[in-house]
Amino acid sequence: MQLSTSILLTIALAPLVGCLLAGFLGKPIGRAGAHSVTILGLLISCALSFYVLYQITAGGAPAYNQDIYTWFEIGRLHVSVGFMVDRLTAMMMVVVTFVSLLVHVYTIGYMADDPGYQRFFSYISLFTFAMLMLVMSNNFMQLFFGWEGVGLVSYLLIGFWYKRPTAIFANLKAFLVNRVGDFGFLLGIAAVLYFLNTLDYATAFASAPSLIGKTLALTANTHWDAATVICVLLFVGAMGKSAQVPLHVWLPDSMEGPTPISALIHAATMVTAGIFMVARMSPFFELSEGALSFVMIIGATGALFTGLIGIVQNDIKRVVAYSTLSQLGYMTVALGVSAYAGAVFHLMTHAFFKALLFLGAGSVIIAMHHEQDMRYMGGLRKYMPITWITMWIGSLALVAIPFTSGFYSKDAIIEAVGESHRWGSGYAYVCVLVGAFVTALYTFRQMYLTFHGKERFVVVGHHGHAHDAHAVHHDVQAHDGHADEHHAPSDDPHHAHKPGELEHAPHESPWVVTLPLILLAIPSLLVGFFTIGPMLFGDWFGQAIHVEEANNVLGELGHEFHGAAAMALHGFASWPFALVALAFVITTYIYLFNPAMAGKIKNALKPLWTVLDRKYWVDDVYFAIFARGGVALGRLFWKAGDAAVIDGAMVNGSAGLVQRVAGGVRRLQSGYLYHYAFAMILGLILLLGGFWVFGSGQIGQ
Amino acid sequence: MFNHLLSLLIWLPIVGAIPVLLAGSARPGLARWISLLVAVLAFVASLFLLPAYNAADSAMQLTESHVWIASLGVHYGLAVDGISVALILLTTFVTILVIVGAWEVIQDKPHQYMAAMLVLEGLMIGVFCATDALLFYVFFEAMLIPMFILIGIWGGPRRVYATLKFFIYTFLGSIFMLIGLIYLYLKAGTFDLHTLAMLPLTMKEQTWLFFAFLIAFAVKVPMVPVHTWLPDAHVEAPTGGSVVLAAVMLKIGGYGFLRFTLPIVPDASEHFAWLIIVLSLIAVVYIGYVALVQDDMKKLVAYSSVAHMGFVTLGIFIAFMLVRDANNIDAAKLGMQGAMVQMISHGFVSGAMFSCIGVMYDRLHTRQIKDYGGVINVMPWFGFFYVLFAMANSGLPGTSGFVGEFMVVLASFAANPWIALFAAFTLIIGAAYTLWMVKRVLWGDVTNPHVREMKEINGRETFVLAAFALAVLALGIWPQPLIHLMDASVSQLVQQLAVHKI
Repeated sequence: MQLSTSILLTIALAPLVGCLLAGFLGKPIGRAGAHSVTILGLLISCALSFYVLYQITAGGAPAYNQDIYTWFEIGRLHVSVGFMVDRLTAMMMVVVTFVSLLVHVYTIGYMADDPGYQRFFSYISLFTFAMLMLVMSNNFMQLFFGWEGVGLVSYLLIGFWYKRPTAIFANLKAFLVNRVGDFGFLLGIAAVLYFLNTLDYATAFASAPSLIGKTLALTANTHWDAATVICVLLFVGAMGKSAQVPLHVWLPDSMEGPTPISALIHAATMVTAGIFMVARMSPFFELSEGALSFVMIIGATGALFTGLIGIVQNDIKRVVAYSTLSQLGYMTVALGVSAYAGAVFHLMTHAFFKALLFLGAGSVIIAMHHEQDMRYMGGLRKYMPITWITMWIGSLALVAIPFTSGFYSKDAIIEAVGESHRWGSGYAYVCVLVGAFVTALYTFRQMYLTFHGKERFVVVGHHGHAHDAHAVHHDVQAHDGHADEHHAPSDDPHHAHKPGELEHAPHESPWVVTLPLILLAIPSLLVGFFTIGPMLFGDWFGQAIHVEEANNVLGELGHEFHGAAAMALHGFASWPFALVALAFVITTYIYLFNPAMAGKIKNALKPLWTVLDRKYWVDDVYFAIFARGGVALGRLFWKAGDAAVIDGAMVNGSAGLVQRVAGGVRRLQSGYLYHYAFAMILGLILLLGGFWVFGSGQIGQ
Repeated sequence: MFNHLLSLLIWLPIVGAIPVLLAGSARPGLARWISLLVAVLAFVASLFLLPAYNAADSAMQLTESHVWIASLGVHYGLAVDGISVALILLTTFVTILVIVGAWEVIQDKPHQYMAAMLVLEGLMIGVFCATDALLFYVFFEAMLIPMFILIGIWGGPRRVYATLKFFIYTFLGSIFMLIGLIYLYLKAGTFDLHTLAMLPLTMKEQTWLFFAFLIAFAVKVPMVPVHTWLPDAHVEAPTGGSVVLAAVMLKIGGYGFLRFTLPIVPDASEHFAWLIIVLSLIAVVYIGYVALVQDDMKKLVAYSSVAHMGFVTLGIFIAFMLVRDANNIDAAKLGMQGAMVQMISHGFVSGAMFSCIGVMYDRLHTRQIKDYGGVINVMPWFGFFYVLFAMANSGLPGTSGFVGEFMVVLASFAANPWIALFAAFTLIIGAAYTLWMVKRVLWGDVTNPHVREMKEINGRETFVLAAFALAVLALGIWPQPLIHLMDASVSQLVQQLAVHKI
């Protein structure tokens, strides 16, 4: 059974059609029309993606690799738009379309009263199209198209509430930081073309071994290994898109966007594009130990140090954002130790539980009337039980409690790092182990601050009209973006009150919000248990991922794998679990029994707290150097180069010189006879004198 | 059937300008409709180039040749290759949009404005068709006159300074070319470009000629450091003048390199390729930074044009390194094609950007970025186009702006990774200056009460912007037809590069 081209085209294009209809015909088809067409597009896309996954795993369909049309053809270089669908792609397609579908449904509730409702649906469908083009591509050009396409939609969605100064700062920052990554990525693609003379995946991977021994001359005396150059450059792209240190700075700010896209783009799918890409490029990365060490160290650093920042955050979405940074670090570490399948496996489980946590946080934000500060929450569990329980499920998966999906994927990564002998793996192992502890600290802290303990908000006053019927919708977007600014000036008396004051009691969100939570909670709990065997240790990915025998840490671990249940039971006796348990005890004591303690610890460790609160000053340094420095440099170039030297000295200068010379020469034409006579005499003297001094030799001859 | 198609294309708009002038200022409506009719006819005529031109054949086609000045052996010689065809189509396409764009915007002597635009169109097409160097020179110089008039009459407050600077800069450049052409004539006894391409020249001769041509074309492109006329000319020019200037006239510099410098002085070009490459990279990086700090939108886009045209000269001249040093013909073709695609794409994108600025200027009568902010609140459809063209200007894949830069960066990596490194820097700096402008103009809340009163684009403006948008997207999604059109000609040029003349 072959995969059919028309089915794949339908999968990719259905969201695009939805996007165009909702975007261009938003007014005539109305709100319901806009969400109907986009959800229908996603439904088609998602159902067919499941069908493709079924065909390729159970139906025995071979991997699909075909060009759709020629993008350009120059000499022997043929660049096409086409699809390559193997098991890795099929899995990604299912994850992308499934999470996207749920986010579409969720958006009906979350954005209900937003004036940009149709525009939002159009954007998220466009995102799905771009993401599908990225994962389904069979060549580097289309990969770059999807890669930048998702970046564009991310830019549009972070700045969705375009009146907010912080949102339009964040979206510019996100785009530019991503462009720094893409800069490396594009050079990486250029290097692939230079060494392998093709941009087609299959051809390039087939000839990847020919890179061995080739070098790139950077100067006359420095020759760099070709595979290392290619891999490091491609990975720079992944650092931008997947927010790896030091290009991670855009992701926390991306929380300015509406919560559904934080879940879809900035947690589940787009930010994992870098992980997917490196796994896809495994035939290259396997050729370079150096590049893999680099990947591993970058990932490990991010896994630990961005997680630490999460501990001091008070904004519920920012905790989840830093947690995402940290988890992306875990995936990257896995790539670095050649456990590509482990990275992709964690990508999948993380997509479910992190989307769940974000959407859950969004549900809390709705209930709290757009208060995102956890210091004004507490005790919410009795108001919103579904959100509470599903978020706990997501949290348990995040901290990797045995039997949850997150346990299988994360524990496998930690084990794989422990197994690796790559240069720097000792450092990476410490990072991921301590990272597990840190993850548990911020996760439990977040859950306690939000759902448990005393209520730290008060319900004040009631207004005449029936709030409860439409309250959820009312507050989501009535303020059009000023929602989460605590002291946002507003004419609307509803929102003039102080932080921690609500006008009516929080309550559970409507079914369009809770249903996606429930549907995400199920795979967050179960998918790992059922899929770890084949995906990690059963060669499920087959040809899609290439690992050299000497690097095969997962293969090593596979010898000790005796089923998912045994692994989970063994997990209770492991170091990571002990660390999580310790974090549980600490946070439970502090946040349930002794809330004053948190403040005391903070004061005792003030310098450390400041370092974390300032995010290691990375953002400040970047802003000073690149933003301010760039503008200063531009001004210098403009004023000193263009204005002073070129225009001032050369252009207007030569015009001025002509004028001055002409003015001077004109004065000679005085009209007085004796001036001319005097000039003639002077000229004669100079002429004769000249002959006498310089020319006497010749005259003599 | 197509015997005189090229003459028709040149003279139709020029002769068509006469009835437009005759309609006079008393009947502006008539003048507008006649000029639109002429522009549309010219566009339709240019579409006939596609069936008439055989893209598989690298020879110059649709040849016309008549003795013009017998005593000097000057011919009225016309012919096109794939590159010319593409540029002619760009010219006729843009002219329609410029005329529609100026429809009710130009209230002062609209008939003269339209007539100048049509004459300019004919002369530019003439530049792209001429196979006789002197004929080329005549069109090349004559083109300055209508542009001089467009800026000088319908321009902004500092238009006199700008026109003088524009005229003297370009004229100074072309004088050197004329001297070079006269030298060649004395040597070869003809101005026929094909003969001149075959003429053997010593390295010394080639060097002198190379710099004579370089000055002429570098000013037109414009290359650093002779680019400073462009921001001034753009700022003072009316919208239509800016669109034509950016979209078509700058391309004549790049086209000149292909028609003159490469075939006539290939060895000197190889020798000095490094110079052009360095200047091109300076254009990308240095001008990028200069663009970042502009306060005037038109200046910003003008500087951005200089940076983007850097890819044209870069793509053309890395071909020398690739053919002669690395013997990598495919990469050389890639770079050269990239340069050509970039020329066409820049025509669409810069034309569209200047049209957008014109739309805003017509409403608020200012081009200062600080006077705007939050335009999206009142003009959402305009915002859609503005963001699309800004993204194309930043080289986003799926838009035409990506294709040429992608190809040039890939090709230059094969020449030298360091060149690619500097060229690829455009991804960052190009996005920075374009999107920072978008942030300050389009996004945000409305702070200037006058912005609150800006009206959404009307049907006429939507037509212009939508036409540009379709071109930008079509070229971005499927560049192969354009590349196929130019393929044989580019291959031919690259083959020529390998031939030494000494």
